[in-house]
Amino acid sequence: MERPLIDIKGVSHAYMTETGPLQVLDGLDISVPTGGFVAVVGPSGCGKSTLTRLIAGLMRPDAGEVWLHGKQVTSPRSTVGMAFQNPVLLEWRSILKNVMLPLEIVPTKLSKREREERAYRLLALVGLEGFEDKRPSELSGGMRQRASLCRALIHQPEVLILDEPFGSLDAFTREDLWQTMQALKAEEPFTGVLITHDLRESIFLANQVVVLSGRPARAQYVMDVPADAQRELDDLYAPQTAERLNILRRQIEVAQGRGRARPEA
Amino acid sequence: MMVRKVAVPVIAMTVFLVMWELLVWANDWPNYVMASPSDLPEAYIRFWHLFLEMGWQTLWRTVVGLLIAIAVGASIGMVMGFSRTMREALYPLLVGFNAIPKATVVPIVALLFVGAHDFNTILIAFIISFFPIAVSISIGLSTLEPEYRDILRSLGASQLTIFWKVALPKTLPEFFGALKVAVTLAFIGTNLMEIVSPHGRGLGALFDSGKTNSDYPLMFAVLIALALLGIVLYYVVVALEAIFAGWAERQPT
Repeated sequence: MERPLIDIKGVSHAYMTETGPLQVLDGLDISVPTGGFVAVVGPSGCGKSTLTRLIAGLMRPDAGEVWLHGKQVTSPRSTVGMAFQNPVLLEWRSILKNVMLPLEIVPTKLSKREREERAYRLLALVGLEGFEDKRPSELSGGMRQRASLCRALIHQPEVLILDEPFGSLDAFTREDLWQTMQALKAEEPFTGVLITHDLRESIFLANQVVVLSGRPARAQYVMDVPADAQRELDDLYAPQTAERLNILRRQIEVAQGRGRARPEA
Repeated sequence: MMVRKVAVPVIAMTVFLVMWELLVWANDWPNYVMASPSDLPEAYIRFWHLFLEMGWQTLWRTVVGLLIAIAVGASIGMVMGFSRTMREALYPLLVGFNAIPKATVVPIVALLFVGAHDFNTILIAFIISFFPIAVSISIGLSTLEPEYRDILRSLGASQLTIFWKVALPKTLPEFFGALKVAVTLAFIGTNLMEIVSPHGRGLGALFDSGKTNSDYPLMFAVLIALALLGIVLYYVVVALEAIFAGWAERQPT
């Protein structure tokens, strides 16, 4: 069997706080095959963001191993792209120059012209055609997040890590961006890890949903979302989606420590 | 647009001068109580070469003091911005140092390096003005959202690259805000030393000689000349800010 592109094996991590160590991850296992898209959901503060930093190599786990493409992750890799809830665009740069930022750091064989063409193409793909020369402050929140996605993908990373990228957007903008994500995935194949609080988002975008338990987190439940599930917004309101959402919601309740007991009738 | 930018300040200044003149005239103050604007041209005409020479002295020493303040203040700010330990170590020292009224430091410095007038003046201009620069840079760097670092670090960027590409440009608006304060402070520092030093030079010394000779219109003329120089320096900073940190200004919509 082919080795998964992202392989997280028995990862544990604790932070030092004033009241002693705070264990956030405890023996977490997640693996994502090449081209897969895993959504990680779980209660607040259960270590989801820590997970992204571990995969990106920004931190090393206390115990366990993170493998990427058959190599153990010990430091940041240029084969990773990241986007956060905060789009963190550089205000003094145009949108185009923001998107091209990673190419200034990651070694690339592309000529200056090819780099620009790639940036233009990605921006057009997310619907930001004509905004290339604008400053981030001239764009709406949703548009900034689109630009941030382009920046995460410009250097053709193998792995895209998304840490609640749509968390601060309104519901309609969010649904738009889900569709943009699918358009991007079709054009720019990547392996994705999506951290989210939104169960509908996880089902719509991912082909596997991992529910983390409360702190310290381990993988509590894994749901496969069939690839043949039609990925259209209408499907979000179909009965089988409701069924999946219900299962996930129960799991979240368990993770929050509200137990398996049904709420009082 | 031009009308608003040029005409409005000019009108405001004229109104100010007229009111000043009227105030002196209405109270019938002699010029040793309060000189009026109409006394000033005479002073400027009589001492114009002194104003040019002394004005230049004050200007260059202020600018040199300020440049040193920028270099030292930015260095201290960077050290404090990047290292939490250094921030905790240096903050009380800096705050305490800044709390000392600089008028008390001036005579000490004047005695310490007696005779070295240029050096003393620049030293005071520097001492008085580096604090806001150090604080603004340290705050700018230490409040950089971790995501900004992470975006570049996750690509394997070095600390130096992160500093040049993100931390430094992101701190520029705060830096220029502090520089506007610092430029005025440096100017005060220069003049304090010029006034206190025996045989000093610069506009401060000219002010002092006006005092010794009971030439009150000259003293007021120096004040106005100082105000003009201060305005020039301030707007130089504003122009630099527009060039280097213009992006931080919201476009009027």
